[in-house]
Amino acid sequence: MKTMNRSLFATLCLAVGLLASAPATAAGGADVHLDAANINLYDQASLQRGARAFITNCLNCHSAQFMRWGHLTQIGLTEDQIKANLMFNPDAKFGDYMTTALDPKDAQSWLGKVPPDLTLAARVRGSDWLYTYLRSYYVDPASPSGWNNEVFPNVGMPHVLHDLQGAYSKVVVGEREVHGKKEPVTKLALDRKGTMSPQEYDAYVRDLVNYMTFMGEPVRAKRIQIGIVVLLFLVVAFFAALVVKKEYWKDVK
Amino acid sequence: MSNTIKQPIEPPISGPAGKLIVWVDQRFPLMSLWNEHLAQYYAPKNFNFWYYFGSLAMLVLVMQIVTGIFLTMNYKPDAKTAFASVEYIMRDVSFGWLIRYMHSTGASMFFLVVYLHMMRGLMYGSYRKPRELLWIFGCMIYLALMAEAFFGYLLPWGQMSYWGAQVIINLFAAVPIIGEDLAIWIRGDFNIGDATLNRFFAFHVIALPLVLLGLVAAHIMALHEVGSNNPDGVEIKKDIDPKTGTPRDGIPFHPYYTVKDVVGVVVFLAIFSAIVFFAPEMGGYFLEKPNFQQADPLQTPAHIAPVWYFTPFYAMLRAVPSFMGSQFWGVAVMGAATLILFVLPWLDRGKVRSVRYRGPLYKRFLASFVVSFLILGYLGVVPTTVWGQIPPAIPVIGGVDTATIVSRILTAVYFAFFLLMPWYTKKDIPNEKPEPTRVTY
Amino acid sequence: MSAIVLNEVDPKKRRMLVIGGCALGAVAGATVAVPFVGSMFPSERAKAAGAAVEVPIDKLEPGQLITVEYRGAPHWVIRRTPEMVAQLAKNDALLADPASEGSKQPASAKNPNRSTKPEIFVVKGVCTHLGCSPTYRKEIAPADLGADWPGGFFCPCHQSKFDMAGRVFKGMPAPKNLEITAYRFEGDNTIVIDADAKGA
Repeated sequence: MKTMNRSLFATLCLAVGLLASAPATAAGGADVHLDAANINLYDQASLQRGARAFITNCLNCHSAQFMRWGHLTQIGLTEDQIKANLMFNPDAKFGDYMTTALDPKDAQSWLGKVPPDLTLAARVRGSDWLYTYLRSYYVDPASPSGWNNEVFPNVGMPHVLHDLQGAYSKVVVGEREVHGKKEPVTKLALDRKGTMSPQEYDAYVRDLVNYMTFMGEPVRAKRIQIGIVVLLFLVVAFFAALVVKKEYWKDVK
Repeated sequence: MSNTIKQPIEPPISGPAGKLIVWVDQRFPLMSLWNEHLAQYYAPKNFNFWYYFGSLAMLVLVMQIVTGIFLTMNYKPDAKTAFASVEYIMRDVSFGWLIRYMHSTGASMFFLVVYLHMMRGLMYGSYRKPRELLWIFGCMIYLALMAEAFFGYLLPWGQMSYWGAQVIINLFAAVPIIGEDLAIWIRGDFNIGDATLNRFFAFHVIALPLVLLGLVAAHIMALHEVGSNNPDGVEIKKDIDPKTGTPRDGIPFHPYYTVKDVVGVVVFLAIFSAIVFFAPEMGGYFLEKPNFQQADPLQTPAHIAPVWYFTPFYAMLRAVPSFMGSQFWGVAVMGAATLILFVLPWLDRGKVRSVRYRGPLYKRFLASFVVSFLILGYLGVVPTTVWGQIPPAIPVIGGVDTATIVSRILTAVYFAFFLLMPWYTKKDIPNEKPEPTRVTY
Repeated sequence: MSAIVLNEVDPKKRRMLVIGGCALGAVAGATVAVPFVGSMFPSERAKAAGAAVEVPIDKLEPGQLITVEYRGAPHWVIRRTPEMVAQLAKNDALLADPASEGSKQPASAKNPNRSTKPEIFVVKGVCTHLGCSPTYRKEIAPADLGADWPGGFFCPCHQSKFDMAGRVFKGMPAPKNLEITAYRFEGDNTIVIDADAKGA
């Protein structure tokens, strides 16, 4: 019996290990290296900067149809600040969803595709993907928009932030062998400087991704706080239950 | 007409509450139910870790029903609004996120607990005479649970909901002759749409829960009729103490196992809460990432896999090649893998019940069965290309995905456990440790 | 020998442990009930839909009533004529609660006119009896309402009568004056109905 249990235990451990190593993400597609976004959902200043970046850059074409303006109070902004600094549409109400002014029909005819809603983008793609994606644009004359992306090949969206980041192009720097075939090794090289240094741009994108991660699940910070209290209670309950069990099981001979 | 009334019992507790119990008991079999199922239900005293999962499954069932009722208050079974209503629950309904995460985590934990419960039955021979019907009710609960989970998974109307249902419904289309019409009938449309969502909702919130509750009641009634098995597999009813008329190795379920199960419940709730509050997506296993994107009938996600609890069967399905122009064989294998559980009581010809006193042959078969099931579960999560291809130089199987070949072998091992059971349980050499006459404690 | 031997049981200790355990369980149960019960209160969407309503009154004629929906209930805004306002003080003898002591209104409307400004009357158009919406009957002494009808509101469901300040007549099924939801003026020409306003 003991050996049986031990081998079963080993089997279970093996299985858990296998499962844990399985790539559960389904986004991405091609295997690309993703940079860690290193976001901090408790950094309200970062979230506020990210909200502003999102509203000025993304909300013109993309909606955030499940996110209410009012929920921005959760990142430390007051109702008056939100109304004065972030809500550009005078007709929008504080309780409204963050919809875009772009009509889906116009989007279809101008852009060929309705830009996807971004409320849950961080939950679908992951923060690291978004962070890497927004930093992986390069000039590609063959693409209709003139832009392409290392993480999202043949992306439809042009590089909206190129004024800030500047423009990169893909250059071949060497060769390597993959499965017996020679493949070029490429990297992105800066062609034209933007208004930000690479470090400033990374920080800007990090704030934006931080905000988008918050927007994907606004309750996350609160959920973790509640969870800690619940688990502490359960630890106490465990010892209480154990004492009662031991008291009764004294009878069992 | 006689106006007699049952003789009052002795009040079990003093005070008005005791009087109320006496009053009710004269009109309703309160104390006899209490005694039959709890206070005088004698369970073997040697239950171990594996015996927590029955009561835990009951707990999860109750949690799923309660959280489900509250989700229904805000969910909309309509293809246009279903996805938005889930986000509405997650964001706008007070504590809606908690209720939803409890329900989604509960689904996975239900399967986890049920798999461990079934594993217990396998190890200790709990399916053997006279517990065949108990086992069959359990298998039916498992099937109903799979259906319940499948119907429920469509409701959030995300990409995985949609394409998962698409694949499963098309399994029915593989049935010869009537398949196509059957699939259309199940969907109520030519493709998965509003009609499908609406009927899946009806199945998920009322039809299958009723079936499940009925089966659980039957399962417990059957259990309390024949009594619980135990890790030693010896029958405690064979050894009755003449003074008390109760089994010498049995202890009343209440209070002894109620207080013990409470400990198990608290530990379980701690694990459950840790998932709900700290990792509700469980790395994409409990809530799959593409399901945060609304269903799009025009675009399949890059990698689609069912939720983890279906993946062993999904791996079998993928491993079986089409044959004679039909994909029915994979479906048949998958169906057989679940249905074969039903005949288990009649396949086992061993002299003892518990794995503790079985011979080495049985132990090896059981271990390889468990390993196969787990690896198949893993392979069902990942693409078939995960382990590359067999080198083309090898005849017959050269160039085929390695994982596919492994899945085929493991599927064979899975079935061998059952189909060879009459042989190896009879043939097995005896364990050096003979089955004791009484339970070990 | 049976499996249970009850020779070292301390019933008092057991009792205390069970009571303690049950108490802990009860606390847990009650705490878990809070989010479930709480989820049935109005959601953020309902609250957003129930946000303050702005009513422009610059085009409101004397004697005219406009109905606006606020939180699913009709709210009336009426520009009363000077005659209507003057009539209010003469109604007291007919009324059940002329000073609105037992009725619900914001402090700023707890006066004989039941309004912040004498002419502009804002009231929730829901009968305090069983929730029907009364009809606006501003004409004096019509045939069906009798010679002493001073103008006001008449509920079609159970014939309750209210004067032009929403005060209920004596002997009516309705127990209280019509409820007034908190409101404020934003400039001279806009009213904001907002039940959650501070100081309401």
